Amino acid sequence: MNQTPTSRNFKRNTAGALVNEQLQRALSNVPAGFVDKRARARDKLPEFDALRDQARDIKNHTLAHLDLYYEEYEAKVAASGGHVHWCETADEACKAVVEICKSHSARTVTKGKSMVSEEMNLNAALAEAGVEPVETDLGEYIIQLRGETPSHIIAPAVHLNKDQIEADFRATHTGLPPERNLEEGAALVYEARQILREKFIAADIGITGANMLIAETGTSVIVTNEGNGDLTQSLPKVHIVLATIEKMVPTLEDATTILRLLARSGTGQEFSSYTTFSTGPRREGDPDGPDEYHVVILDNGRTKMLGSDFQEMLRCIRCGACLNHCPVYQAVGGHAYGWVYPGPMGAVLTPSLIGVDEAGHLPNASTFCGRCEEVCPMRIPLPRMMRNWREREFERHLSPATVRSGLSLWAFFAKRPRLYRLATGFAARFLHLWCGGDGKLETLRFAGGWTKHRDFPSPEGRTFMAQWKNRNG
Amino acid sequence: MSQDRPHVGLFVTCLVDMMRPSVGFASVKLLEQAGCTVDAPAAQTCCGQPAYNSGDRATTRQIALDMIEAFEPFDYVVAPSGSCAGMLRKHYPGLFEQGSRERERAEAVAAKTYELTSFLTGIMKMKSVDAALDQNATYHDSCSGYRELAIKDQPRKLLKTVKGLTLTEMKDAEICCGFGGTFCVKYPDISNNMVTKKIANIEASGADLLLAGDLGCLMNMAGKLKRQGSKVQVRHVAEVLAGATDMPAIAERDE
Ligand code: SF4
Repeated sequence: MNQTPTSRNFKRNTAGALVNEQLQRALSNVPAGFVDKRARARDKLPEFDALRDQARDIKNHTLAHLDLYYEEYEAKVAASGGHVHWCETADEACKAVVEICKSHSARTVTKGKSMVSEEMNLNAALAEAGVEPVETDLGEYIIQLRGETPSHIIAPAVHLNKDQIEADFRATHTGLPPERNLEEGAALVYEARQILREKFIAADIGITGANMLIAETGTSVIVTNEGNGDLTQSLPKVHIVLATIEKMVPTLEDATTILRLLARSGTGQEFSSYTTFSTGPRREGDPDGPDEYHVVILDNGRTKMLGSDFQEMLRCIRCGACLNHCPVYQAVGGHAYGWVYPGPMGAVLTPSLIGVDEAGHLPNASTFCGRCEEVCPMRIPLPRMMRNWREREFERHLSPATVRSGLSLWAFFAKRPRLYRLATGFAARFLHLWCGGDGKLETLRFAGGWTKHRDFPSPEGRTFMAQWKNRNG
Repeated sequence: MSQDRPHVGLFVTCLVDMMRPSVGFASVKLLEQAGCTVDAPAAQTCCGQPAYNSGDRATTRQIALDMIEAFEPFDYVVAPSGSCAGMLRKHYPGLFEQGSRERERAEAVAAKTYELTSFLTGIMKMKSVDAALDQNATYHDSCSGYRELAIKDQPRKLLKTVKGLTLTEMKDAEICCGFGGTFCVKYPDISNNMVTKKIANIEASGADLLLAGDLGCLMNMAGKLKRQGSKVQVRHVAEVLAGATDMPAIAERDE
């Protein structure tokens, strides 16, 4: 697993992705698998849009008073016997986790799905410390076998087809009878479960992410469809929760509001199969639960987003709807984005976290079609913020030279209507003649990007403004 | 405003001006039929999106101020494009500081700016058009028009009154065609993936005519259809509504 960003190579990454037939086949399932289901879930809930407004307001309020809510949260966690670890950087967070592992002489840890763990590159840090991390979410388990990273924030193995997974299982689970039937998805799930059972029982520590942290109770919340998160956090002696600062909500009530949107937006379910609230370690008389409960809260540059153009990104609940609905994501998949967070949310968040120098392509690779904002349950203005990143790039002269010079030439004319008329009049006539009545051009030197894939329609010959002037004297 | 004949400033848009002026004249015809007096102020150039979407705010602001000045005298500003009308309506005000004189002017222009079909149906209450065309059309909802200006029914309402015209919906009509202004030349391969999917839906609809309200998207889809040797013709919705279909369709050879 390697989380060195390759966002800089976005173009190269996408070129490979677009001709990768396996990937294209897998991505073709996204519309029916997510988009249609979300639409049905939304249609069945008349107050869906009103809930979106409420959820937006809850997060805006929380972000405006984040310090107060964290004070309250930390006090509540402490009161229930848990520990909060504040970490400014990914390295610090990894160290905090490794320390806990060491203090328990942990050999294996089971892990529920956590994008924060990806952001920290935690598995590498654990391995280096001699601790074996075992991913227990089915998708994460599969990509761990393959040495890959997630290509989607809620469906990490969405870039794979069933036959690929079957081949991986056969290659890895060599102790099982080779003649077993793995054609059905259910058989794959069953097999993974059998393997993971042993891991769950053997694990010294369980690590999960958190969909939310609740200030009034000091609770962490996870939602899963496989129940793996519950086994991860309740069987081992120690439960470590990984979260980033934007996971906070003030009250249980607020958490409920957001939960009503989360699964509907992501998978189109009314609710995920499992929604689990954890508050501190096992108490006297509890039938199960860990002896220790730790929450590692990572900043990793997010406090700098507060008060900036990008603050609203911190409302994100990682539902994945913006990825599912994005035509660019659907075309290239998640790995092309080159770091942990793909799709529209990644196009905004990634430059904030790893720098726009590295991730500058991401906010540019959008048509601004606006479908992400249309479906975002938290009403995050993703296109607006992508444009803000383009502005930063432009100000810092990070935009490609060809773009800048083309733009300044165009701007020179656009600001001078009279010259503009002359230039467009000339170009329209020239291109029309060049097309020679054929209606289109098949190659056009200055627009090779266009004519590589499509013909260039011929202009009619004279501009509207020239004809209008004649008509109206 | 003269009560009976509103004075409309036609914002031709840079693409229509240069590539397909007949869309501009079709728009004028429709606006006049609807009872407007139309002028196309000579000081207009482009809405500024190439600069805006490239992150060049300073240039965008200058262009916006010129445009605002050009269109301030009119009762309404109408453009045969959801994208350019959306730029004036939804994005111009935000270019200027809250409370500034420029902001006020931008807001005033924004408030009176409309995309052509939504202006005809919503403001001028046009119920039908005087046009005929014996074809089977499908309509692509361009992104900005659909998502920024809620344009969906307006063009269809009018198209249904074109004699002889059948309207067949394609799958995913409101999904982006991959044009995206400079996007299609900056990321040509991704754009190609998107337009290829769009073209497949157009062909699958069985329509022999593709319509939309934005010339950029139309040129993109027409260019791809023609590259693939498709028989589907491509036109701006205004041409059909105005009965101005004697010009060859987009990217189609002269008769
Ligand atoms: S940005 Fe919105 S749609 Fe995308 S993952 Fe976050 S909450 Fe979901």
